[in-house]
Amino acid sequence: MRLPLHALAHGRSGDKGDVSNVSLIAWRAEAWETLAREVTEADVRALFRHLGATRVTRHDLPNLQAFNFVIEGTLGGGVNRSLGLDRHGKTLSYLLLEMEIEADPALLPAGSPYAPG
Amino acid sequence: MTTVHIGCGAGFSGDRFDAAGPVIADLGRRHGPRFLMFECLAERTLALAQGEKRRDPGRGWSPFLDRYLAPHLGPALAAGVRIVSNLGAANPLGAARRVQALARELGLPPIRVAALEGDDLRETHSDAEIRALPILDGAEVLHQPLLAANAYLGARPVGAALATGAEVVLVGRTTDSALALGPLIDALGWDPADLDRMAAGTLAGHLLECGAQVTGAYFADPGFKDVPDLAHVGFPIAEIAPDGTMTLGKAAGTGGRVDRATVTEQILYEMHDPAAYLTPDCTLDVTALHLAEPETDRVALSGARGHAPPETLKATVCVEDGWLGEAEISYAGPNAYARARLAAEVVGTRLRERNLAPALDIVGAGASHDRGDLARTDARGLPGNGDYRVRAALRAPDRETAALAVEEITALYCSGPAAGGGVRGGTTPQVATASVLVRPEAVTPRITVIGPDGTEAPA
Repeated sequence: MRLPLHALAHGRSGDKGDVSNVSLIAWRAEAWETLAREVTEADVRALFRHLGATRVTRHDLPNLQAFNFVIEGTLGGGVNRSLGLDRHGKTLSYLLLEMEIEADPALLPAGSPYAPG
Repeated sequence: MTTVHIGCGAGFSGDRFDAAGPVIADLGRRHGPRFLMFECLAERTLALAQGEKRRDPGRGWSPFLDRYLAPHLGPALAAGVRIVSNLGAANPLGAARRVQALARELGLPPIRVAALEGDDLRETHSDAEIRALPILDGAEVLHQPLLAANAYLGARPVGAALATGAEVVLVGRTTDSALALGPLIDALGWDPADLDRMAAGTLAGHLLECGAQVTGAYFADPGFKDVPDLAHVGFPIAEIAPDGTMTLGKAAGTGGRVDRATVTEQILYEMHDPAAYLTPDCTLDVTALHLAEPETDRVALSGARGHAPPETLKATVCVEDGWLGEAEISYAGPNAYARARLAAEVVGTRLRERNLAPALDIVGAGASHDRGDLARTDARGLPGNGDYRVRAALRAPDRETAALAVEEITALYCSGPAAGGGVRGGTTPQVATASVLVRPEAVTPRITVIGPDGTEAPA
């Protein structure tokens, strides 16, 4: 079924200059392979392109059930120069968590509000 | 076996002033070397402090020094907890003198305070020499008037400042993680050449430096990531063993939560390549890190690996960068979105007629994720009736021009769409930053100790 990443993972964003990094951490270890397949650098670049994303690098951390996306160019010149409301890009983790992927509902954590039925 | 306990009392210069209380109370019930770090030095804070120091050479430490230390200095000293902080900002020695005065005013027993200086490149370099250093980023702003240029000192001089026996150590610009690794070098006698130990201490500092961000704050998401009593979220305490393994917990009797989820988010916070987090002490690699949850609200970490640090030190250069003007106005009720949209068009039209390029957002309609793009906002199919807030922002070299964003939003009261209200706005001076690289031999850390009798001596 189609599920937002918010159902399968959590994460947070941080900033350094005009570069944002957003972590994506699977709630269940079993979901990591699905996320690795469905959330590519190209997908994330497309998702952040309207904010100016130029390059996205995905670092894989299976030891932490996690990925780290380094997204360049998204912060409107960075925390000190941006005209945006959220100059740090603190809210951007939830832009990634809004993305929908095809995933087996068996990968949902126990008691998930996203569980079907 | 000695275990070192390090708590955090503040994670940024606007953090809660009372957060350190429960941390000190908890540390007071423990044994062995115990430290409390306050991380309060943003780039902008340092730039403003440099300006204050230029106006008055006796000042230039953090304006929050008294707010953070006055309530906690006495309890920390009574509990045997030593304090390490970058509240020294542009003037660590001035800050150390202020802490001595504060201790006297509070009637505390005489103490030893150390100041670590030497990070300020403008003491040894002309502005032209600073601009000629190899540039990492921000080349486009480096010609603008310089406000500050500070190299990131590592943990070694922080450890040396603690080795003087000082109960309180004030620093200026060091890496944030040095506020934890410095105490570990001092208390455990770690060899700076032992890169895995340097990595473990850097990781401890990285996890502690943002305060409650590792204990359930910047995390809570009701129904998905529930956090007990976030209003009283506990600040973190790390216990580090001589072998570099550590357990992260939080102050007893507080809210918040510490588990694999909160700790993993903070491990990756503001990290780029997880195999190469660069500091002057080591290159930290977290790709083989192992996490365990031995008990509730405690996470054990092992497997931090260290590689050789970069050959150069990073320095941040702050420059004047003009002004930002921003203002907002609300529209609510029937057809609110269309009225907000019209207000944004009116302000945009009038500012563009003056050859200005404002950002225009509708707060409540995706302003955080769609930044200044009304076409995308329209495409969201938002309810026409609701509660929306139009925001205009403008950058300009001078305050008067930046203030036009505020003036045009304010004018909507009488000259805009129906029923606009709640205008707020203002102008703020802007500080831009660039990063440059400096050879370690060009930066000389300098430690001054103020003894219990008030005498000052270099260490």
